[in-house]
Amino acid sequence: MTSLTINGKEYKVDAPEGIPLLWVIREQCGLTGTKFGCGIAQCGACTVHLDGQPVRSCVTPAISAEGKNITTIEGIAPEKNTLHIVQEAWIEEQTPQCGYCQSGQIMSAVALLNENPSPSDEEIDAAMSGNICRCGMYGRIKSAIHRASAALQSSSTL
Amino acid sequence: MKKWTRRAFIGAGVLAGGTLVIGIAIRPGNRSSKVAGLIASEGETVMNVWLKIAPDNTVTAIIPHAEMGQGVHTALAMMLADEMDADWSKVKFQEAPADKEYANFTLLKGFVAGNATFPKFIEGTIDGVFLTAVKSLNFQITGGSASVRFTGQQAMRIAGAAAKSILMQAASDTWKVPIEELIAKNSIISHPRSNRSATFAELAPAAAKVNIPTQPKLKSPEEFTLMGTSQPRFDIPAKVTGEAQFGMDVQVPGMKYATIKASPVFGSKVKSMDTTVSSSQQGVKKILNLGDAVAVIADSFWQAKTTLDVLPIEFETTENSGLNQEEIIDRYRNAMDSDLAEGNLDTHFKDGDATTAFEEAAILVEAEYQLPFLAHATMEPMNCTAWLHDGKCEIWCGSQNPLGVRAAAAEILEIDIDQVTVHNQLLGGGFGRRSETDVIKQAILIAKEVDFPVKLIWSREEDTQHDVYREATISRMKAGLDQSGLPIAYAHQFIFKHHPPEAADIPYSIPNQLIHYSSPASHVPWGNWRSVDHSTQGFLTESFIDEMAHAAKQDSFAFRKKLTRDNSRFQRVLDLVYEKSNWGAPLPANWGRGIAIAQSFGSIVAEVAEVEVGIDGKVKVHRVVCAVDPGFAIHPNGFIAQMESGIIYGLAAAMTGEITIENGAVAQSNFHNYPVTRMNEAPKIETHIINSGNPPGGGGEPSTPVIAPAVTNAIFDATGIRIRQLPISKTDLRASIRQTT
Ligand code: FES
Ligand code: FES
Repeated sequence: MTSLTINGKEYKVDAPEGIPLLWVIREQCGLTGTKFGCGIAQCGACTVHLDGQPVRSCVTPAISAEGKNITTIEGIAPEKNTLHIVQEAWIEEQTPQCGYCQSGQIMSAVALLNENPSPSDEEIDAAMSGNICRCGMYGRIKSAIHRASAALQSSSTL
Repeated sequence: MKKWTRRAFIGAGVLAGGTLVIGIAIRPGNRSSKVAGLIASEGETVMNVWLKIAPDNTVTAIIPHAEMGQGVHTALAMMLADEMDADWSKVKFQEAPADKEYANFTLLKGFVAGNATFPKFIEGTIDGVFLTAVKSLNFQITGGSASVRFTGQQAMRIAGAAAKSILMQAASDTWKVPIEELIAKNSIISHPRSNRSATFAELAPAAAKVNIPTQPKLKSPEEFTLMGTSQPRFDIPAKVTGEAQFGMDVQVPGMKYATIKASPVFGSKVKSMDTTVSSSQQGVKKILNLGDAVAVIADSFWQAKTTLDVLPIEFETTENSGLNQEEIIDRYRNAMDSDLAEGNLDTHFKDGDATTAFEEAAILVEAEYQLPFLAHATMEPMNCTAWLHDGKCEIWCGSQNPLGVRAAAAEILEIDIDQVTVHNQLLGGGFGRRSETDVIKQAILIAKEVDFPVKLIWSREEDTQHDVYREATISRMKAGLDQSGLPIAYAHQFIFKHHPPEAADIPYSIPNQLIHYSSPASHVPWGNWRSVDHSTQGFLTESFIDEMAHAAKQDSFAFRKKLTRDNSRFQRVLDLVYEKSNWGAPLPANWGRGIAIAQSFGSIVAEVAEVEVGIDGKVKVHRVVCAVDPGFAIHPNGFIAQMESGIIYGLAAAMTGEITIENGAVAQSNFHNYPVTRMNEAPKIETHIINSGNPPGGGGEPSTPVIAPAVTNAIFDATGIRIRQLPISKTDLRASIRQTT
């Protein structure tokens, strides 16, 4: 038995050698917001945070996450029934199309804004290019990041 | 079989129990139990199968299309609510179950076969509907950009209008006031003169007794209150919290996981496999030989996958096992040659005498083009959960074609279709791929071998290598121009004609045309790929018209403008894209501008691309200006998103998209060798809509066909190099840049 801390909650899971964190999160913990897209760190759909750092959970061994704080899309809102500023921006820009890539996009965007609260277009490109959106909503993702960035500025100057 | 008549379509009847029904299919004494299942609580009144009104005055639109991200649920609900004058804040939606009652065909029968007259506004779409519906008989398909065009126009709006009409009549009868004095607004009908008002729900019982209008009056565009506005989409909030449930996310108690490896060479079979080691692997439940594929069922996907990865499997050698891409293209070329030599012409379109006209031409332009196979690469890999129990079959999947799924399941299992239930989930991208049932059939064959539910998940590798592909083609084009540069003859020999049938037509007025095609055999499975034949024809015809313009020494925009002068819709779209793109304004060195225009699925789209070709030969598309006449955009923001989506999808294909066959099998496997457009490569897209008042056209597909030629025409403008083979990455553009710098 391995113990994982996901979104502040402890899960006892069966993590055989080599199993990627993605499948443990989805199948054993039932947190299906984190998606499978490629399995080889090419698409970003499986992005989660390990101690605040974005990682591709499809190539991160589950056992390596033991003792760390794992955050998934289900855990980024400050409280239950509220939304993270980035999620709000996503709704305001009507960003998702099919939506399948969007958990990963949001996790990458949150990590970016934590590091760099007002990124330029180029910095957004650099941080987000590991996340594929087959629906091609890149323009809206970028606008939503700028919107979230602006909202962060105004909330911190309050 | 129930009889469907027009009377039943917008007719009405009182069901046993006194419930009012308007609309399709349900007649007194013939109440379908499946429709009854949609009535969630006691006391709800079914207005018709497309909407219901609850006692709390909420209106629920019942929508027969899957949500693939095109916002169809929102747009269709808006169409219904607008006609009804319902309070938008109290409108909900429900996706219709996969029942024949909702098939497009039934709608059609009421209208077309019922010999009815129909509202003027939709007249022009009837033919299109007829074709689509006949093809999709018994299929509740979401595709062909059809949702808004057909279901919306012909069902949702009419249902809304019919409902409003009987509610108004009920109010008029009850209050004994002239109907003209009544006002419907926000789900309330009022009579200002006598200061009376009642909610839709309050009027529903009286409405049940009213005679149904045979032809409810639809609003004219000036009267729209919701159509043409961009209401927040219903599906978006759940898609930012991770709550949205896709096929991949289904969890059924007791469920196990399976993954699969089909024979790499299409059509080949499993020869042998050695399960001695693998079957004792931890977590492994079963290893199955499905004839043309091997599947492993295990406690987790990871166990199934790692077991399958090392399982020794031998596949049979077939006549295609040594086949490579070049040989496939050679075969195509040979088929074209011999068809020509033998005068064996499958004619798509013929006008005048092109052969003679070529002899009279002052300038001849000739070119051969080549396009690759393409995979869909939906973001969500293929998957399906199936459970066979008690003689029934339950299926969870995201499908563009849930009725097709039911039919396929019933057929394999040899059970009645009523024993099959499809729980349709959100689709992580469709693009035509999810109208197929291959994955569903596999899941059923796997689930048949066990007594628990199984979720079959394809790896991305399987998804890339066992798609149904956009066809690879070659095309030969020839044009003859007179002294002044005016085209007088046009010939095009292409490969494969699928649909829509008009895809190879050109919008340009050129006398003496001969368009014909060959159909060589290929073992690579074909499927609908976003915009279908327009995806190839858009590139071919819009590249070649640019070659003609160049040969005529004329501006690409002006040339198109001149040759479409009789088509006012094309003229407007061209003018708009000209203006918004600043056509003709100077660009930096090594930049170019290209234009392309095409009509597909009822919408006319022109795009101007601005590209830069770097010293390293790399192409960067900086900006795409898109002008579109979709007739009327019901949900402009959603429509714009679809244009953006179609452009990026087509751009990925144009820049790097290529599936090649090596030894009979697909050589690519995942996003590292089948690369797609990423954020740093995505252009800025500006979309401008013309609401021309024509019948509504589609949104999901029409922006895709023109992006590739807009970009390659821009590359020609920048470098003088004409790209006749896609993807663009195959052409080395470095030399051209050295010359010009
Ligand atoms: S699934 Fe992990 S990066 Fe694609
Ligand atoms: S919204 Fe569909 S893949 Fe991004």
